[in-house]
Amino acid sequence: MHPTLSNTPEEQAGMLAEIGKPSMDSLFDTVPSAVRLGRALHLPQGLSEMEVAKRVSALAKCNCNTEEYVCFLGAGVYDHFIPCVIDNLLSRQEFYTAYTPYQPEISQGTLQAIFEYQSMICALTGMDVSNASMYDGASAVAEAASMACQATGRSGILAARSLHPQSRQVLGTYARFREIAVDEVSAQNGTLDMEDLGKKLNDNTAAVIVQTPNFFGVIEDITGMAEMAHKNGSLLIVSCDPVSLALLKSPGEMGADIAVGEGQSLGQSMSFGGPYLGFFAAAGTLLRRMPGRIVGQTVDAAGRRGYVLTIQTREQHIRREKATSNICSNEALNALAATMYLTAMGPKGLREAASQCMQKSHYARNLLMQTGLFKPLFDAPFFKEFSLAYTGDTAKLNRVLFADKIIGGYELEKSYPEYRDSWMVAVTEKRTKDEIDALARKAAEA
Amino acid sequence: MNILEGLKYSKDHEWVKLVDGKATIGITDFAQHNLGDIVYVELPKVGKEISLGEALGVVESVKSASDVYSPLSGKVLSVNEALSDTPEKINEAPYDCWIAVLQVGNPGEAEGLMDAAAYGAFLETEE
Repeated sequence: MHPTLSNTPEEQAGMLAEIGKPSMDSLFDTVPSAVRLGRALHLPQGLSEMEVAKRVSALAKCNCNTEEYVCFLGAGVYDHFIPCVIDNLLSRQEFYTAYTPYQPEISQGTLQAIFEYQSMICALTGMDVSNASMYDGASAVAEAASMACQATGRSGILAARSLHPQSRQVLGTYARFREIAVDEVSAQNGTLDMEDLGKKLNDNTAAVIVQTPNFFGVIEDITGMAEMAHKNGSLLIVSCDPVSLALLKSPGEMGADIAVGEGQSLGQSMSFGGPYLGFFAAAGTLLRRMPGRIVGQTVDAAGRRGYVLTIQTREQHIRREKATSNICSNEALNALAATMYLTAMGPKGLREAASQCMQKSHYARNLLMQTGLFKPLFDAPFFKEFSLAYTGDTAKLNRVLFADKIIGGYELEKSYPEYRDSWMVAVTEKRTKDEIDALARKAAEA
Repeated sequence: MNILEGLKYSKDHEWVKLVDGKATIGITDFAQHNLGDIVYVELPKVGKEISLGEALGVVESVKSASDVYSPLSGKVLSVNEALSDTPEKINEAPYDCWIAVLQVGNPGEAEGLMDAAAYGAFLETEE
């Protein structure tokens, strides 16, 4: 018998004889005849490799992709530049096929890569410690809320309305089962309403969650938020765009206790929804409360540098019901891609990408406003995405653009019914002047 | 296993030194030995009201995390902050490294604790 080759009829007969059964069917004798199919499966004939390739690629062609369509849609997932070196390195079988290490010390390469990822996340966010990653930005937000409740011994969370709707949904799901009360802080002019925050902070508030740039694309001024929260004995959780951190003050500098976010913008393809990458970093004092895997650097018996999974006494395989979280994994391949991206781009490259995002998005907004059909929804600074009020029907606008192979902006009313006929456009460093000019021209003609 | 005279002991391997209605609490030599190298101690908050048997804190070693069950009811008066920096001292000197001091709430409860001899006998049955 061979572990990866099917058993032959002779081998099967031999096994049946060994256990004293007359046939394969006899092994299913305990299944009642009422639930049996009673016939062979109607499977079509097998296809050759050529036929399969043709059929599957025809199916794939039904999807629109960003090679053929110009993408101005964001809303949490962005068409950023991915250097080809990432694809090349990521597909190495040592990386591509490896699962999260359960005998970690044997996988020194994997652990080193994760350690470097953690270090880069700390550098970007200005925080002391980072874990090996979470599944996505939304669950990272939810876990941060849970962590804040554990750290403060309180059970209330104040989440900004301008926080990504999916983050708020996931937060709601986690909160329901962990008996955490989530209240919404209203948005004012596209940013968190500080007055409303002041009213809602109470002695059961474990943390305030704000996103910057927020879902509307607006850069939140979180000056004063940390102070306000801390005075109340609450923590400040900031969900941020990692690319924007090349230009904006880091959450750490602004007094955040926990910094989380979606890492898709760091070298991950959009892939129709995932897999994505949640990053999670915090102040050093909160280290023991952190969820997820953490890689640490140490020395072996011979004094050589080595890596381990550390502070595992937070995790469920040791703490059981008292673990900080149930997560015992990470998005290893995505975290690796992010690490490769940051290494390939470097601080200067990331800054360049971020600058282009800002310049191009502002150029695009000005052009669109010049058509006379769009007005800014908010009078607030933005990074790579902006929200506009449109004089027509945004759904129709998007249909017209789509026929011209342009994926238009997000119809805001889908998530915020108070903003009818509002259009949220994302412009990354990948968009060219010609593409932006074409967008404005075709939007004007629509 | 080292057992000190003059102290009281709980079935969960905590030692208690009772003086003037105040109880100084730590873990025994048996406990530190079984835990292995201690890397972290989670201390209770000063002022916390605690019941007998409730988790007073947590002692984490490289291989496990164990609750320290309060041998008495009371209020936490002080905690040994030095353990934040050098938790491993518990392994070296378990009877010198106290974890917390309680204001005893119910003096009658001390009757339920063992003396050194009784604890020694208890350990025989544990092993």
